[in-house]
Amino acid sequence: MLKEEMKLPAEQIDMLLNGDEATAWAVYHVEPEVVAAFPITPQTIIVERFSEFVAEGLVKTEFISVESEHSALSACVGAAAAGARAFTATAANGLQLMNEILYIASSLRLPIVMAIANRAVSGPINIHCDHTDAMNVRDAGWIMLFCEDAQEVYDSVIQAFKIAEDPRVLLPVMVNFDGFLISHTAQKVKVFKDPKVVRENFLGGPRKVVKIELMNQETELSLNPKNPVPVTFGPLDLYDYYFEHKRQQLEAMQNAHEVIKEVHEEYAKLSGRRYGDGVTVPYLLDDAEIAVVVMGSAAGTMRYVIDEMREEGIRIGLLRIRSFRPFPYADIAKYLKNVKVVGVFDRAQDQGMMGGPLFLETRAALYDLDPRPKVVNYVFGLGGRDAPPELFREAFNELVEIWKGTMRPFIKKYIGVRE
Amino acid sequence: MTEKLPGWKEIPIAGVPFKSSLEYKTGDWRVFKPVIDDNKCIKCLMCNIYCPDMSINVKWDETKSKPLGVYVNYDYCKGCGICAEICPVKAITMVVEER
Repeated sequence: MLKEEMKLPAEQIDMLLNGDEATAWAVYHVEPEVVAAFPITPQTIIVERFSEFVAEGLVKTEFISVESEHSALSACVGAAAAGARAFTATAANGLQLMNEILYIASSLRLPIVMAIANRAVSGPINIHCDHTDAMNVRDAGWIMLFCEDAQEVYDSVIQAFKIAEDPRVLLPVMVNFDGFLISHTAQKVKVFKDPKVVRENFLGGPRKVVKIELMNQETELSLNPKNPVPVTFGPLDLYDYYFEHKRQQLEAMQNAHEVIKEVHEEYAKLSGRRYGDGVTVPYLLDDAEIAVVVMGSAAGTMRYVIDEMREEGIRIGLLRIRSFRPFPYADIAKYLKNVKVVGVFDRAQDQGMMGGPLFLETRAALYDLDPRPKVVNYVFGLGGRDAPPELFREAFNELVEIWKGTMRPFIKKYIGVRE
Repeated sequence: MTEKLPGWKEIPIAGVPFKSSLEYKTGDWRVFKPVIDDNKCIKCLMCNIYCPDMSINVKWDETKSKPLGVYVNYDYCKGCGICAEICPVKAITMVVEER
């Protein structure tokens, strides 16, 4: 909890960090009890830097070098079930290898935090950015935040621990940021001068394990041998109780929507930085006739293009989705209720789908609006394909044409690919 | 079993068991139930040893040294049929459970 007498925002220093290093610094300031990770480009720098912090004795974290991502997350599951704060990081194929354990972590209600430097999934083998890796695991029951730059990565990783550990939530959190575009691009990042501000003031000390009632006795929900009643994690759960446990989990995910906003607000007081309301980040939407929706670093490029078009008198705005899970469907409908045309930009594959995942859910969120806006999909940037302002300008011009009625709306287009 | 089960707001989260396994009666999983013919039984206790659910219990004499026979605890027997398979004198038959 923030102390009354504390000077806000707390003192910070400027550092030159890329997104991976910003993650490592955030984890250093949180100082989880356990970090288990396996290196995979473009995430590697996170654990490299963090292992240096461990070697230098700056943190007391137990650093576990494992033999695979499946083991990395399994180690975190064990640590978190024992009541520890646990962190891991991965990308692309590593995340796919974790898939089985992702569901276990969320269903056991373990507040693990994981950083993902989003990368295309093989094959063909590609190490560069797109969101397909995260989209493949979007239904695993993890809260998913998407960041726009390295500063937001530092801030989000710290917030993620508090969101995950909230008793109303108790779900793992994935902090996503674009591989290479954010992970390997250095920028000025403000970090707290005193790590205690994060560890003590913001997170309130070590993780507080929630209490539950078992056999008419209060006990910790953890594998603590001192528990008055022993707790078993992960037993068989069949047709008579599985659905009830899933229902609890679904409720927790819905609760996360407000908790993300609350934690973001509290952190904003501490840091002086805001990302919309923590769930969505609107830009020039108040009077907009045309809106674009996107996640990740492309939002910055888009704002540049939008500023240009605004100067030409075109009423266009942007809605960046920061929390993809839980998906803020009601907020999206609220922000976009007055626009006539919406372009949704997916940096992910849409194999056999009507459109990209962001498009499908955004379009569904707007279905009940009256009048209903036209919603079209653009798939861009697969495998790290460059997405310069000109690419978006061309697409935005099409949205203007649709708005004017001089172009027929379509379902989806692939942009930046050679015909 | 027809006990009324608690709703999702009433049970602990994370799928942790909230009662002893003794209270979790697995007998309703059964499709076939073992029936023991006491006349054929030679009291070798092979079924008791092989039962994976400790659902075949032994009746002992007063001195607790001599088995008088075996009986099935149908609250937990899942009807796997291992007892019938292992019985050297075919004293156990699996019959369709009728509810």
